Amino acid sequence: MATQSSRAAARLMVAPSVIVLFIWMIVPLAMTIWFSFRLYRLLSPERTGWVGFRNYSWFFNSPDFWLAISNTLLLVGGVLAITIVLGVLIALLIDLPVWGQGPLRILVISPFFVMPPVAASIWENLFMHPQNGMFASFAQGLGMKPILFMESYPMSSVIFIVSWEWLPFATLILLTALQSLSSEQLEAAEMDGASAISRFRYIVLPHMTRAITVVILIQTIFLLGIFGEIFTTTQGGPGSASTTLPYMIYKQAVIAKDIGRAAAGGIIAVILANIVAYFLMRSMGKNLDA
Amino acid sequence: MGKIVLNAVRKSFGEVDVIPGVDLTIEDGEFVVFVGPSGCGKSTLLRLIAGLEDTTSGAIVIDGADATALPPAKRGLAMVFQSYALYPHMTVRKNIMFPLKMAGMEIGEATRRADAAAKVLNLTAYMERRPGQLSGGQRQRVAIGRAIVREPAAFLFDEPLSNLDAALRVNMRQEITELHQSLKTTMIYVTHDQVEAMTMADKIVVLNAGRIEQVGSPLALYNNPGNTFVAGFIGSPKMNLIEGPEAAALGATTIGVRPEHLSVVSEGGWEGVVGLSEHLGSDTFLKVTTDRVGTINVRAGGEVILRPGDRVHLAPQPGKIHRFGADGKAMT
Repeated sequence: MATQSSRAAARLMVAPSVIVLFIWMIVPLAMTIWFSFRLYRLLSPERTGWVGFRNYSWFFNSPDFWLAISNTLLLVGGVLAITIVLGVLIALLIDLPVWGQGPLRILVISPFFVMPPVAASIWENLFMHPQNGMFASFAQGLGMKPILFMESYPMSSVIFIVSWEWLPFATLILLTALQSLSSEQLEAAEMDGASAISRFRYIVLPHMTRAITVVILIQTIFLLGIFGEIFTTTQGGPGSASTTLPYMIYKQAVIAKDIGRAAAGGIIAVILANIVAYFLMRSMGKNLDA
Repeated sequence: MGKIVLNAVRKSFGEVDVIPGVDLTIEDGEFVVFVGPSGCGKSTLLRLIAGLEDTTSGAIVIDGADATALPPAKRGLAMVFQSYALYPHMTVRKNIMFPLKMAGMEIGEATRRADAAAKVLNLTAYMERRPGQLSGGQRQRVAIGRAIVREPAAFLFDEPLSNLDAALRVNMRQEITELHQSLKTTMIYVTHDQVEAMTMADKIVVLNAGRIEQVGSPLALYNNPGNTFVAGFIGSPKMNLIEGPEAAALGATTIGVRPEHLSVVSEGGWEGVVGLSEHLGSDTFLKVTTDRVGTINVRAGGEVILRPGDRVHLAPQPGKIHRFGADGKAMT
């Protein structure tokens, strides 16, 4: 079917959307790069033009910057670890034939449908609030002091909330992988004398590596840009304790109204994302091959 | 050692009795084939013996010990599955060594056994490959290799050849038979293919709707089918089962004549018109519509040249007519 001319025709047909997508991508990127080398503050009439790498060097010299990078990586790594470990366990549980399996699965998946700021508000105000929160009343019921989640453990709290949101996604992908495992393989392993733990270790887990890789790659893309949950809960604080790179960029763009610096931060974020993607693909890309 | 005794073994899924109660003794070293149409419960019976299904009632005794409640791994049996059930992420070597690793065997001994099994099964050149890189027959051999390294009391085969093409199936059939002759271990083999049953078995167990219809050696079942079901199931082409006045004349409800026991004669016998004629070279299969006994199949010699529409006379060979009573059982 794929003759020379039909391939050429196919390229011609696809070309408009490819061109539009390319422009869609390249124009904002080019503008960001452009602004990142310029002095451009909304609150100051001063427009001295090119500033070289000064916007970038501001980031690298800021004491908050390395904290923001490590917070970003901590958030990504923490959420990945929690969602994959719990996701595998929950997938194993809801794969069991139980009464009410259909509604149960929908319930497990439902947190994913809650919008990030809403989810964060619910957790902050209904559960983690030091006066009104459920955890506080538990703590008081046991005669302990309520934990100040957002003040004492801001990063852990944000990681927890984001994990709660992303756990259904991981569970769903891992569950479908689990369901595609042939029961004869498990039976063969049972005949071969493998205990339940060995069957999980040697048969189920290897079968799920590809799904786990997909979860890691997709979640990493989204988690690098997490903003809403931090904005609605800790505001990056106390101090800069829970400031991630996206939140730091937001502070420069919207609070400090320094477009040049924010643009430089955006380019750093793009570079960071590419470094992460490179290492991910290098270490796990082969898992995606059949 | 591998003597397996089933005492009134029953299996029901909810309300449905899949196996209403089976008594069977399998002697040590025997090659037993469970054969029957699909849905007759033969695979379920095998899975009960393996321990992959729980028995509803009755007892399974392996080598004198009650194994009814034992988990599969403790029964000392090895199973080869229809889909082979190889572990796709492990190499052939790791697949074969997996049961030994699970048994906690020391690695040197496990490697030695795996290599020995590979040699028997001509897999030595493929030990570092993965199942996905092997052909169907090779995968089948890996599955058998994984079974033999455990040196089990008995092998269970669940339709192991049904995923192979016809030529390979004949080869593998012979390889399994030879394996049985060299290992002399009990083998239980499930199939719906009566040719496999006839060629491989020491003892055939014919199952129908979860019940044992007849147990016996292949030739015993062929020569003396106990009822109309076995008569129709064993033998290819199928035995002609004739009802009506011709049967009544012999004092039976049904009479059975195998296609190979009908002779084409010049006159007398049953007269009919050839409807279909298949020339295989060595044999000629005829489908003949007769006036007195309906449509019957005939297996004639390759030298018989008949065309559709030709009129023939057919006579059953003396002493080769099976008589069945009103209950379907053979009359003596």
